[in-house]
Amino acid sequence: MADTILRTKDLSVSFGALRAVNQVTLDIEARKFTTILGPNGAGKTTLFNLISGLYTPNEGRIFFRDTDVTGLTPMQRVQAGMGRSFQLTNVFPKLTVHENIRLAAQSYCKVGYNIFRDHRKFQKVNEKTEEIMERVLLQHRRKSPAAELTHGEQRKLELGMVLALEPQVLLLDEPTAGMAIEEVPTMIDIMRTTYAMGTTIVLIEHKMDLVKQLSDRLVILVNGAVLADGDPAEVSRNPEVLAAYLGGGAVHGSAS
Amino acid sequence: MGTFVTLIINGLAQGALIFLMASGLSIILGMMGVVNFSHGTLFLWGGYSYVWSYYAIRFSVVMRLFPDAVPLTRFGSILTIRGVQLPPDAALPFVVELGIFLAALAFAVVLVFALGYVFEKLFISRVYGNIPAQILITLGIQVVFTDLVRVIWGPNPFPIERPPFLNGVTAFGGARIVHYNVFLIIVGAVIAVVIHRVLTRSKVGMVIRAGLQNPDHVRAIGINIRGYFSLVFACGAALAGLGGALYMPLVGNVVSTAGMSNQILAFIVVVVGGLGSFMGSALGSVFLGLMGVAIAMLIPGLSVVANVLVMALVLIFKPDGLFGLAVKKHG
Repeated sequence: MADTILRTKDLSVSFGALRAVNQVTLDIEARKFTTILGPNGAGKTTLFNLISGLYTPNEGRIFFRDTDVTGLTPMQRVQAGMGRSFQLTNVFPKLTVHENIRLAAQSYCKVGYNIFRDHRKFQKVNEKTEEIMERVLLQHRRKSPAAELTHGEQRKLELGMVLALEPQVLLLDEPTAGMAIEEVPTMIDIMRTTYAMGTTIVLIEHKMDLVKQLSDRLVILVNGAVLADGDPAEVSRNPEVLAAYLGGGAVHGSAS
Repeated sequence: MGTFVTLIINGLAQGALIFLMASGLSIILGMMGVVNFSHGTLFLWGGYSYVWSYYAIRFSVVMRLFPDAVPLTRFGSILTIRGVQLPPDAALPFVVELGIFLAALAFAVVLVFALGYVFEKLFISRVYGNIPAQILITLGIQVVFTDLVRVIWGPNPFPIERPPFLNGVTAFGGARIVHYNVFLIIVGAVIAVVIHRVLTRSKVGMVIRAGLQNPDHVRAIGINIRGYFSLVFACGAALAGLGGALYMPLVGNVVSTAGMSNQILAFIVVVVGGLGSFMGSALGSVFLGLMGVAIAMLIPGLSVVANVLVMALVLIFKPDGLFGLAVKKHG
């Protein structure tokens, strides 16, 4: 039995008559790169919202390291080691790059409430902040308020904030969405490095070409249910997948 | 020219007092979304507890050092305040006077900090996100705790004195410079610098600034922002308490209606300066202080109207305030 870090069991949620996520059972293996692929409206983000606790499922359970986390708040799940990035960029626009990452690092390092101690004196937090800024390639922007960054830089900053929380599982919701094409390769590099450092990654994407060489495993989600699951090369050749989602020629193109 | 200098100093001193109230109110409103009508009562408690502890400490120190000192009239109710007349040619050393003053200030600030902390835990924490309930509950606190002041220290106003070392006037050219006003300006400036440093440099300050922009996202990165609310509320209360403690010696008498009237000024500053903006509450307070003093001298009848008029104009032309958060709820 492989080392399962995150597990969903018969997870379902409905909005009115729409069953957005339908009986999804997934075992996410630790230190693997899993990609959930599906067309727009397939329920990918909804599935993430269930896993990270923004939505409450109608049925099913979620286990993190064999502990049932279905009843925990999003904050408690983050504290337990589940980090996620959002499809819409989520940073503090008026704080600088350095302050944004520091804030997350400080959350991870669990510093207390002493209001008079200069924040720059917490060595561990400082080291973490510098390391993360380096990893997401934003050292040269450290003093810029987040509002002044390009969209691509903001996405990197957001990823940096999630990385500073040292998640055991990293849930990434289309991290390259809306990015300029030139910026995409650096984002992929950051994901690759993070994965190489031993973090379990679950990525949501709808661009097949982007994820094929990155992923250890591909899960195809269609209409809220798992259609195929396995080795990326096999899954992308699966006739059922080709027929239902990829439509033959679209395998190498990018749906948007 | 002399009048002008006097006006500026008096106005800045008023501004410093308003700032002590408005800065806390602004952050509480901006970060926690709490409309706090109990701020004035915290100011009042700061004032009364300072006066009471100042007189109590000074009375016992003087009676111990000068047994032939003469106790003066007693004011108050359950707790009383009693001045003392020193023997001719006798005086307390400066260090002792300073110590008494600082001890009384510290007592007031700590007491009001604790009151604020308890208010948040007991009442405010139950009504986050529910503005009508907040208004009702904080107004209720205002009424009950203001009446409690009247029960404890009596309903009648009484005169008080400034610490001797802060009492005095220096003629400078044609200007009359009131020492206590200069002291208020210095305190206001020091507190402003301290708040600014805490906000920009401390890790709690960073959480507060992030919380002013997007409290939900602070939670999303695993920080329990509710844990900071009690601290922020109590610190805002302590600032209001300090304001009250410094206000009473300025006006020279203690009145139980001082809380409400100063609270209104603080709310006007928050509207004019912009919600949650530290700079806005600092500049707004100075502006309102200067304007108040100028109008009181030039057209006394318009003192109250002028403040409300400024607020109305800001609401019409710049509803987010002059220094409001450009980015409020983002993402």
